[in-house]
Amino acid sequence: MNSYIAIASDYLSKAAHFLGLTSDHPAGLHLYLIVAAILFVLGLVACMARRNAIGILIGIELILNAAILNFMAFWRFRGGMETDAATMAGPMFGIFVMILAASEAAIALAILLNLYFNFGTVEVDSVHQMKR
Amino acid sequence: MNNPILTCALLIFLLPLAAYVVLALFNRRIPRRGDWLATGVLGVCLMLSLYVFYAVLQTPKPLLVNVTFDWLPMQVGKAIAGGLMVDRLTAVMLVVVTLVSLLVYLFSVKYMEGDVRYGRYFTCLLLFSVSMLGLVLANNLLYLYIFWELVGLSSYLLIGHWFEKKSASDAAVKAFITTRLGDVGMFIGVAICYFQVGSLHYADVFAAVETGGLAGSWRTIAGLGLFFGAMGKSAQFPLHVWLPDAMEGPTPVSALIHAATMVAAGVYLVGRLLPVFDPATLLVIAYVGGFTAIFSATIALVQDDIKKVLAYSTVSQLGYMILALGVGGYVSGLFHLTTHAFFKAGLFLGSGAVIHAMHHEQSLSKYGGLRHKMPYTALFYLLATLALAGFPCFSGFWSKDAILADALGFAMVHPAHAFLPFAGFATVFLTAFYMFRQFFLTFTGKPRDHHAYEHAREAPWQMLVPLIILGSLAVVGGGFGQWFGAMNPKRSGIEQIRSFSEDGYSNPFTVKALEQADAGAAPASHAGSSEHAASTASTASTESTASTPETRREGTNTDGHGPDTDRRGGRALTVEQEAAHKAHYPAMALSTLLGLGGILLGALMYLQRRDGTTALNPATPATRFSAVYRLLWNKYYLDEIYMAGFIMSTRALSRLIALFDRTVIDGVVNFFGWFGVLWSFLVDLADRWVVDGLGVNGSARVVGYAGEKLSYTQTGRVRQYLVLMIAGIVILSGLCVLAFWGS
Repeated sequence: MNSYIAIASDYLSKAAHFLGLTSDHPAGLHLYLIVAAILFVLGLVACMARRNAIGILIGIELILNAAILNFMAFWRFRGGMETDAATMAGPMFGIFVMILAASEAAIALAILLNLYFNFGTVEVDSVHQMKR
Repeated sequence: MNNPILTCALLIFLLPLAAYVVLALFNRRIPRRGDWLATGVLGVCLMLSLYVFYAVLQTPKPLLVNVTFDWLPMQVGKAIAGGLMVDRLTAVMLVVVTLVSLLVYLFSVKYMEGDVRYGRYFTCLLLFSVSMLGLVLANNLLYLYIFWELVGLSSYLLIGHWFEKKSASDAAVKAFITTRLGDVGMFIGVAICYFQVGSLHYADVFAAVETGGLAGSWRTIAGLGLFFGAMGKSAQFPLHVWLPDAMEGPTPVSALIHAATMVAAGVYLVGRLLPVFDPATLLVIAYVGGFTAIFSATIALVQDDIKKVLAYSTVSQLGYMILALGVGGYVSGLFHLTTHAFFKAGLFLGSGAVIHAMHHEQSLSKYGGLRHKMPYTALFYLLATLALAGFPCFSGFWSKDAILADALGFAMVHPAHAFLPFAGFATVFLTAFYMFRQFFLTFTGKPRDHHAYEHAREAPWQMLVPLIILGSLAVVGGGFGQWFGAMNPKRSGIEQIRSFSEDGYSNPFTVKALEQADAGAAPASHAGSSEHAASTASTASTESTASTPETRREGTNTDGHGPDTDRRGGRALTVEQEAAHKAHYPAMALSTLLGLGGILLGALMYLQRRDGTTALNPATPATRFSAVYRLLWNKYYLDEIYMAGFIMSTRALSRLIALFDRTVIDGVVNFFGWFGVLWSFLVDLADRWVVDGLGVNGSARVVGYAGEKLSYTQTGRVRQYLVLMIAGIVILSGLCVLAFWGS
């Protein structure tokens, strides 16, 4: 059992090493970017794969969150706190995106509601009046 | 413009020109088709011309006006200049042209009444008068040539006035082409003058002759060329054939153009350019004139058409003038031009009145006894006939006598040229005979066509007045030199012309003084007696144009360029002039005898007695010399000879050229045409298949097809769009990464 744990920890340490998690750089920029990319792809896949319009909306929210994460990460490591000219650009962008997401969600939900009233469903595949 | 003579000269030319333009443009809108306008304008011009003539008589200056302006500025060399001049010759010609024009216009008003092209007729007449006035006013060869062609054009238009008649349109074409033939020669002469002298001014050309700038064979060729032009216009022997045919035109036209003025333009040309001709050319001129005079007089003997007789008579008289100029008789030639203009225009207008009365019957064999019906016409016709026949004291007598004296004098010095006076004297006899044959056949005896005779009546006043004026001028025309202070009629006739030919002699009050100066130089005479003074006048006046080079060089001065040319003191008379002076009385006696003889013979043969017979039967010589008669009747077969010789050969050449044209030229043309068709066919194919097929329709079809097919991707599935969008983004960003990898 210990050997499994040893093997696992060994892999973890190798992975951490691969990710650049050393004692000198406990959590680098790239880790944030990786997480943001994972989030983005998840959102994208949700958008593409889900038939339910609400699922697609959630996917969009994920994509927006990935974007916020990127903003914050770049602000944290490249722009603001470590330099002398400290600004609040990153958080401000994050807040903008959140507001955007909120308003977008409101509009999208209104669209969904109308969709439901008109077609009796929120399955996007069954709504294809615009096809040729 | 402060020179009144210049103003008058310009007005004389510009007023008829303006009237011509008005008539040509607005003919149908003017009442009576504008005949009153044409006649009135010519009346004003006659007044102005008389004023100019009077002014010329009043001044001793030989050249009153000589205005030059740059007409055609050239890039290289001197500008071609235009201009007008008024000297004594011009002044006399102006009076002749405007006077005869006016009378003919007046005559035409009645004669052409009701004509289909009444307006066109007067328009063409005005064009003629304008061109003729321009011709005599021109002071350079180019303008002379331009107006020369214009009178030819108007002659053509008027001969062909009744162009529905085949004979009239043929005659018009014949006249135009024949005179054109002469004009080619004239153009050559003008061109030679231009290239040898560098200027076309009379004054410059004469100066070049004097200084030797135009000499040798160039001068001979130029002279012959210019004379060839005069031969065409004045109907001299080989080119005379158009004039009798030109009688197809209306009779007033024949009077104005083909008797009085246009045909005299050739004589005017020779007279004006006399210093240009060298002795050899002058001899040619004399022989052509002499031969023409006797040649056409013989044809006129037997013609039956009243106008044809007059036409051949005109040719003959023009030959006289040319003969006179050729032997150096400048004064006598131009004097005869003036008197002939009057009496021949009178004869033509008289014949017009007769023709009008006889319902356009022109055959002498249908006339007879008309003096009972048209007494005034007959009287003034007789006066003009007497003038033409050279009856003593009539105008033609003086001028003809002067010519004969010059010719006889020339032959006395050069016995080899005895033909010249012989032709002159023979023509006097023939002229008197055929003119009285015509007169007796027309106006006396019994009417031969009773129907026409019954309907004939005296001409209306519009026709009678010109006839009376011209008939009177035929009587006194030789004497109206008395106005300017001459003693007796014989002298005055010559004096009249002499006054414009010689510098310093024009003023009547200076004549006497200058004659005395002359008498000192001339051994022949003394100024004391009037008879001798008269002879001196006539001989001295011929001096300017004698055929020896030395005197000719002096003669160039006398043609009147520059008011201060030298007075002619100390100038010797040539032997010819002396001889002409000596020949004066013999010539006068002989010509009077011959003229009276001709009249007598005419009376014997054609004046009927009461019983209707004549003293001599005119049919006798016609049958006895039937070969000669036929030869004359057929005008020496010249038309036929021309037809066979020139016209046929020209036609053969034309046919040959036509063949060449049809095969070679047309072949080339057709080849290019065919090639063009083929090429267009190919271009059409390319257009249809390549441009339209591939380019226009092809692209449209590709786009349409692509749209058709791509429209299937429009599924309406949002997720699919998203997938495609993502795929596009991935591909594009991948490409970007690849592209900017290195940088």
